[in-house]
Amino acid sequence: MIGELGHFAIILALAVAAVQGTLPLIGAQRNMPALSAIAQPAAIVQFALIALAFGALTHAFVTSDFSVLNVWQNSHTDKPMLYKISGVWGNHEGSLLLWVLILAAFGMGVAVLGSNLPPNLRTRVIAVQGLVGVGFLLLLVFLSNPFARIDPAPLQGNGLNPLLQDPGLAFHPPFLYLGYVGFSIAFSFAVAALIEGKVDAAWARWVRPWTLAAWTALTVGIVMGSWWAYYELGWGGWWFWDPVENASFMPWLLGTALLHSAIVVEKRDALRTWTVLLAILTFSFSLLGTFIVRSGVLNSVHAFATDPARGVYILLFLVIAIGGSLALYAWRAPTLKGGGMFAPVSREGALVLNNLLLVAATATVFIGTLYPLFLDAVTGEKVTVGPPFFHATFVPLMIPLLAVMAVGPMMPWKRADLAGTLGRLKIAGVATVVVTLVTLYLAGVKDVLAVLGMAIATWLIMGALVDIGERTRVFRTKAGDSWRRATNMPRSAWGAAIAHAGMGVAILGMTGSLAWETEHLQIMRPGDRIEVAGYEVQFDGVQAARGPNYDAARGTFRVYRDGDLVEVMQPETRRFANPPMVTTEAAIRPRNFGDLYAVVGESNGDGGFATRIYHKPMINWLWIGSLMMAVGGLVSLSDRRHRVGAPARKRAARTTPTRPAGQTA
Amino acid sequence: MRLRFLLPIVGFVVVAIGLGVGLTLKPREIPSALIGKPVPIFELAPVQGRTAGLSTSDLKIGKPVLVNVFASWCGPCRQEHPLFMELARTTDIEIYGLNQRDTPEDAARWLETFGDPYDKTGADLSGRISIEWGVYGVPETFVVDGEGCIQYKHISVMTREVLEAEILPRLRGERHVPCEGT
Repeated sequence: MIGELGHFAIILALAVAAVQGTLPLIGAQRNMPALSAIAQPAAIVQFALIALAFGALTHAFVTSDFSVLNVWQNSHTDKPMLYKISGVWGNHEGSLLLWVLILAAFGMGVAVLGSNLPPNLRTRVIAVQGLVGVGFLLLLVFLSNPFARIDPAPLQGNGLNPLLQDPGLAFHPPFLYLGYVGFSIAFSFAVAALIEGKVDAAWARWVRPWTLAAWTALTVGIVMGSWWAYYELGWGGWWFWDPVENASFMPWLLGTALLHSAIVVEKRDALRTWTVLLAILTFSFSLLGTFIVRSGVLNSVHAFATDPARGVYILLFLVIAIGGSLALYAWRAPTLKGGGMFAPVSREGALVLNNLLLVAATATVFIGTLYPLFLDAVTGEKVTVGPPFFHATFVPLMIPLLAVMAVGPMMPWKRADLAGTLGRLKIAGVATVVVTLVTLYLAGVKDVLAVLGMAIATWLIMGALVDIGERTRVFRTKAGDSWRRATNMPRSAWGAAIAHAGMGVAILGMTGSLAWETEHLQIMRPGDRIEVAGYEVQFDGVQAARGPNYDAARGTFRVYRDGDLVEVMQPETRRFANPPMVTTEAAIRPRNFGDLYAVVGESNGDGGFATRIYHKPMINWLWIGSLMMAVGGLVSLSDRRHRVGAPARKRAARTTPTRPAGQTA
Repeated sequence: MRLRFLLPIVGFVVVAIGLGVGLTLKPREIPSALIGKPVPIFELAPVQGRTAGLSTSDLKIGKPVLVNVFASWCGPCRQEHPLFMELARTTDIEIYGLNQRDTPEDAARWLETFGDPYDKTGADLSGRISIEWGVYGVPETFVVDGEGCIQYKHISVMTREVLEAEILPRLRGERHVPCEGT
C-alpha cells in the first residue's frame, strides 16, 4: 500500500511540475498575475509530493519489504540500519528519486525565501526549475520506477554492494547531489534572465548565495568520496581520475569559476553574458555527469547498472535542456549590454584569469574523460587515458591559477598597481622563499613537484593571512581598532580568506602525502617487528572475527614509540556472503597530522601474512584544508548582503563610481 | 546576432552527436572484430623482479589461458584481484598478466602487496601492445585458446558471476569460436 502511495505521489508530482513549468511562464510573459501566482504553491506542493514518495521508499527499505523489486535487489535483512537507509539512494531508481527531491527542494527554496526577488524573475526561475523537474520525473515515472513490485515476494534480498556499506559513502551521494542539483538554481536564474533580457548586479546578488550553497555541498561530497577511496580501496590513494570522479569534479571546477565571475557582475556589472553562460554550463556538466554515470557510455566501477533506454532518454533530455538553453543564449545574449570597463591588471582582470584557467582545466578533464569515447565513435580505434594524462595537463594549469589566487583578493577593482599589490604581499613572498629553500635543503632538487607544492601552499596560506592583516591593519594600529575592523569586515571577505587558505592547506596535504610517504610491504609472522618512520610496529597475528553481515580476518599490530605502546591497529579483510565479495578495511591512525595506515592481506600458507604499512605525513591537512574550503563557503554564505534584501537601494548605490576597494570580497 | 554567441551551442552539438554515437557502442560489449582472431605478435619483458616474460608463443600452448590486463594506478583492478588470487590458488589455470602503462617499480610493488596470481607477466610500459590487443579500459580480461586465438573478452571488473558464466566454460573449451586467418 505504502509503495503504491509513493508511486502515485511521483505521478502527481510530474503533473504538478508540468503545470509549474508552463502556466507561470505564460503568466509572466503576458502579464497575467493569476497564472504567475501558480508558481509558488506549485513548487511547494511538488516538493511535498516527492518528499512523500521518498518517505515511502525509505519505509520499504527500513522494513525490508521485498515485494518491492528495488528493495529486493539492493537490501537484505542482515544489513545494519544505517545501510538499509543509505540503500535507498545506493541504486539508480532511488538515487534518481533523491535527485528530484533535492531539485524540488531548491525550487521550493526560491518560492519560500525569494520574497525580495522581482516578482516576474521569481516566477520565471520557479517555472524553469519546474521544467527541469519534468525532465527527471518523466525518467523516474516511465523508465525507472522505484516502486515496481515483484510477485511472489522473495523472503530475502540480494544485499547492497559491500564496497558501498561504509559510513563515508553512505552520505556521499546526498552531498554530491545537493551540489550537482543545487547548480540547477543558477541555471534557472540564467535562463530566466535570458527570457527577461536583463542581467544586472541585483541578479548576481541572488545567484551567488545559491551557487555558494551548492558549491559548498559539492565540495563536502567530493571530499567524502575521496576520503572513502583513501581508506576503503586499501591502498592509500585518494584520487583516481575515474570517469565518475571526473563527472563530479567538472561541475565543481565550473561552479568555482561561476562563484568568482558572479562577484564581478555584482560589484562591477561586467562579464554579464559570460556569467550567464557559466551558469548554464555548470549545470550542463552536472547533467552530463548524470548521463555518464547512468548511461553506461564509459566504464567505471562506480557506475550504476545501465539500461540503453535510459541512456537514450537522458541524452534526449540533455539535448533539449542544454541545447535549448544555449540556443536561447545565442539568441538573447547579444542584447545584454556589457557593463563596467576595467584594466587588465585589476581585481576583475585577476578574476577573468581565474575563470579562463578554471574553464581550461575543466576542458582538460572533459577531454581526458570523453576522448576514448569520441575516438571510438569517429575512427573505431580504442585507447585508454589514465592518470598520466591528467598529471601532465591538469597540474600545469593549476599552478598559475594558484599563484594568482593569493594576489587577486588584494587587488582593487578597475585598475590595480601590480608592483604595489605584490609589495603588500612581501611577507608572504619572503615566507614562500624560506619554505622553498628549507624544502630544497631537506628534500633536494630531485623532487620538483614537492618543492613547488610546498611553495604554493605557503604562498596561499600566507597570502590569505596577509589579506586579513591588511584589512584589519593588525600590528599597525591599536588592538581595539583592529578588532573593530575585523568584526566589521564583510563575512564574504572572511569566507574568501578561509577558503583560499584552505586550498593552500589541502595542497600541503597532497604534497606531503605524495612526496614523503613511506611504504613497507613484507610478509610478517606473529611476533615480527619492523620500523616505520620512527615507530616500531609489531605484528600479533590474525584472528577470525564476525561482523553483522560478514566474516572477517582481523590482524593486530602494536605500535611502539621509544618503547611505549602508542597504538593498537586492527585492519580487516571482510568476506561478505550477500553478494559474495571481499573488501579491505585499512586501519588508520592519525599521528601528528600524518597517518599510520596498515592493511593485512593474503596468508602465504606458512604462518606468514602479506602486510602493508604506510606512513603518510601531512595527509590530514588534505581533509582539513578541503573542509576549510567548505567552511569558507558557509561563512561567505552568512554574509549580510545575502540576507538583507535591498536590491533597489544597492542599485542606486551602484551609480557612484567605485566603492572602497578594501571592503569588498 | 553576433557569431561568438553561437559558439557554445555549436560545441554542444558536436559533443551531443559524439555522445549519441557513443551510446550505440556499448563499451562493455566485446568488439566482435577481436573474437576469433589470433592474438597480436608481441614480446614483452616481465614485470620487474620476475623472470617469465610474455610473448605470442606463450599463448599457443595447447590449452586455453587467461590474460588479465592490470595497472597499479587502476582502482578497479584492486577490486577484482582477490578473484584471480583465488583462481591461482585453487585451480591450475594459466593466468597471464599484461601490465599496462605502469612504472616498473609501481607494478612490482603492487604485485608484492596484493599477491601475484600470474604465471607469466608482460610489462607494456608504453601501452603500445595493449592497443594492439584492443584494450579499451583497465581492467580487461581475455580468454585465449590453445592455438592463440582470442575467444572472449571481458571489460571492467571481473566478477564471480562473469567468471562462472562466461570465463570458466570457455577455459574448459566450451563455446569455442573457430579461428579466422591464422
